[in-house]
Amino acid sequence: MAFESLADKLQNVFKNLRGKGRLTEADVKTALKEVKMALLEADVSFKVVKQFISSVQERAVGQDVLTSLTPGQMVIKIVNEELVKLMGSETTEIALKPQNEITVIMMIGLQGAGKTTTTAKLAGKFKAKGRNPMLAACDIYRPAAIKQLQVNGEKVGVPVFSMGENNSPVNIAKAAVEHAKKEGCNLVFLDTAGRLQIDEAMMEELVQIKEAVHVDQTVLVVDAMTGQDAVNVAGSFNDKIGVDGVILTKLDGDTRGGAALSIRSVTGRPILYVGMGEKLSDLEQFYPDRMASRILGMGDILSLIEKA
Amino acid sequence: TKTRENIVSGMDSIFSGFSAIDEDFYEELEETLIMGDMGIQTTMSVLEELKKAVKEQHIKDPSQCRQVLIDSIRKKMDLGENAYEFEHRKSVVLVIGVNGVGKTTSIGKLADQLKSDGKRVILAAADTFRAAAIEQLSEWADRAGVDLIAQKEGSDPAAVIYDAIAAAKSRNADVLICDTAGRLHNKKNLMEELKKINRIIDKEYPEAYRETLVVLDGTTGQNALVQARQFMEAAPITGIILTKLDGTAKGGIAVAIQSELGIPVKYVGVGEKIDDLQKFSSGDFVNALFQSDTRNKGE
Ligand SMILES: Nc1nc2c(ncn2[C@@H]2O[C@H](COP(=O)(O)OP(=O)(O)OP(=O)(O)O)[C@@H](O)[C@H]2O)c(=O)[nH]1
Ligand SMILES: Nc1nc2c(ncn2[C@@H]2O[C@H](COP(=O)(O)OP(=O)(O)OP(=O)(O)O)[C@@H](O)[C@H]2O)c(=O)[nH]1
Ligand SMILES: [Mg+2]
Ligand SMILES: [Mg+2]
Repeated sequence: MAFESLADKLQNVFKNLRGKGRLTEADVKTALKEVKMALLEADVSFKVVKQFISSVQERAVGQDVLTSLTPGQMVIKIVNEELVKLMGSETTEIALKPQNEITVIMMIGLQGAGKTTTTAKLAGKFKAKGRNPMLAACDIYRPAAIKQLQVNGEKVGVPVFSMGENNSPVNIAKAAVEHAKKEGCNLVFLDTAGRLQIDEAMMEELVQIKEAVHVDQTVLVVDAMTGQDAVNVAGSFNDKIGVDGVILTKLDGDTRGGAALSIRSVTGRPILYVGMGEKLSDLEQFYPDRMASRILGMGDILSLIEKA
Repeated sequence: TKTRENIVSGMDSIFSGFSAIDEDFYEELEETLIMGDMGIQTTMSVLEELKKAVKEQHIKDPSQCRQVLIDSIRKKMDLGENAYEFEHRKSVVLVIGVNGVGKTTSIGKLADQLKSDGKRVILAAADTFRAAAIEQLSEWADRAGVDLIAQKEGSDPAAVIYDAIAAAKSRNADVLICDTAGRLHNKKNLMEELKKINRIIDKEYPEAYRETLVVLDGTTGQNALVQARQFMEAAPITGIILTKLDGTAKGGIAVAIQSELGIPVKYVGVGEKIDDLQKFSSGDFVNALFQSDTRNKGE
């Protein structure tokens, strides 16, 4: 659908160009207007799109129009390569300390992004890999947040540490790590409350947690359906708290997921995993190249290009 | 109650920063609207209208464009006369939407408002799927001081609705508000479940006034339009609750949704507290679209 329209539009732009020699600046400009629209429709941040288009423009101008490729595909090929480059070219795993030390992972993000669910997913995943994880209930605000974590913990067979709603998240985090030591757990996930990046007091709370316990990995959880605001959110969380990696949730929907590109370009941090459903096994590896095709909305044309 | 501050000043800066209505001016407006998640199509059509008005009314000054633009978007966001009719009738409010958008929280807030207006409200915990969803709604029912009809986690949501309707009738409730599990609009079986819930309400409680609200996260981009379209096929959508507008996102996709699908925004969520739900004001909304840094934390 969306893929046809972008590909078709590009073919139209270049209708009479085949075999003409080289792509001129004007040719490329017209074509990239279509690409720009596609990226904006995919929710890539306006500013990121602008930068991206100008770097593609530079690369595409003067390219030989190969006889094996239509000029449209040539542009798509360059666009795709640049997109993949921006997305990070390889998959990244979350970094854990050796088994005999405790790794602390703090999960942060906006309200409803999927932190609590993803926390349980990750714990289940690492438990299956032979780790001994524990979940810590640091959300004292959302009604039934603790219960939600407990239910999910039980489902993946991972213990949940909680101190109710009357202790500060900072104290809970500290006590949780102590408790993990005693219990011989070597992986602690801090499930924090959702918060807005402009909420100073709540952001300060995360800073304090980081001061109180040694957090090894801070993971930002982001809803894949996020629109233009993704740059503000990711940028602020990264500046104020420091983000080591990102997890995109709800990619089992049909969003194009342009936020992935915005987040990546504004933080420079890798996307580690993607949430593909509500079940606690629905966590997958992140593949930058697949994400790039998805954002452009053209899964199949890439294989076409590869064959050409 | 909270208000959106600095609205006028933020808006003025765009319109007073230009001395002429030229390509740069239009480009700046385009950028602003797209960055507010209004989407390309709606942005283009709004700007076309503006250009037309500029020509026809011989507008020369960028600052004059301001009111034209506000009026044109506001007109698109018209609520219609009977937007809040359900508040005065015996009604069933069905609340649906994708995961994590703020359905349960908005229901708690709405219940509180209705209760304060002297209505007898019952909540139905028809999200039997998500971990601790029932406990979460139950906490909101307590806060608002209204009744809750719930079964065990994992039970049939349709059965909960059935129970809740019976309770609404026997307790002579004014408004029955039904919470449902978050579901992505592209999941066939979950959308079928929603259709079933909708049918049960129609069949078991035909005399009730129907209100079906889709909750949209204001942070959501272009996918929100697809969501609204798909949910329309499962139930007769009568309005939108646009949440999380206390953040920096503008929720501009609501303009596209209303222009294309005719579904009006009826409420906005501006925080996590019980009184952080407001009736929609197109004026505030449009002004905030042009505001460079939406902050309404605190006051
Ligand atoms: N379809 C889908 N739903 C998801 C995914 N991840 C999380 N969810 C759902 O999204 C909703 C919100 O998830 P939570 O884990 O409660 O989100 P949170 O970030 O902890 O929310 P707060 O603590 O309120 O800020 C729930 O309905 C989850 O089931 C995913 O990858 N796909
Ligand atoms: N800042 C802010 N947060 C909100 C608003 N509305 C809801 N939230 C938060 O968003 C998160 C998700 O809200 P829920 O009410 O659980 O959302 P839901 O749609 O019922 O989620 P599922 O049932 O899991 O699909 C919670 O942390 C809420 O406190 C709002 O208007 N502003
Ligand atoms: Mg949570
Ligand atoms: Mg809910």
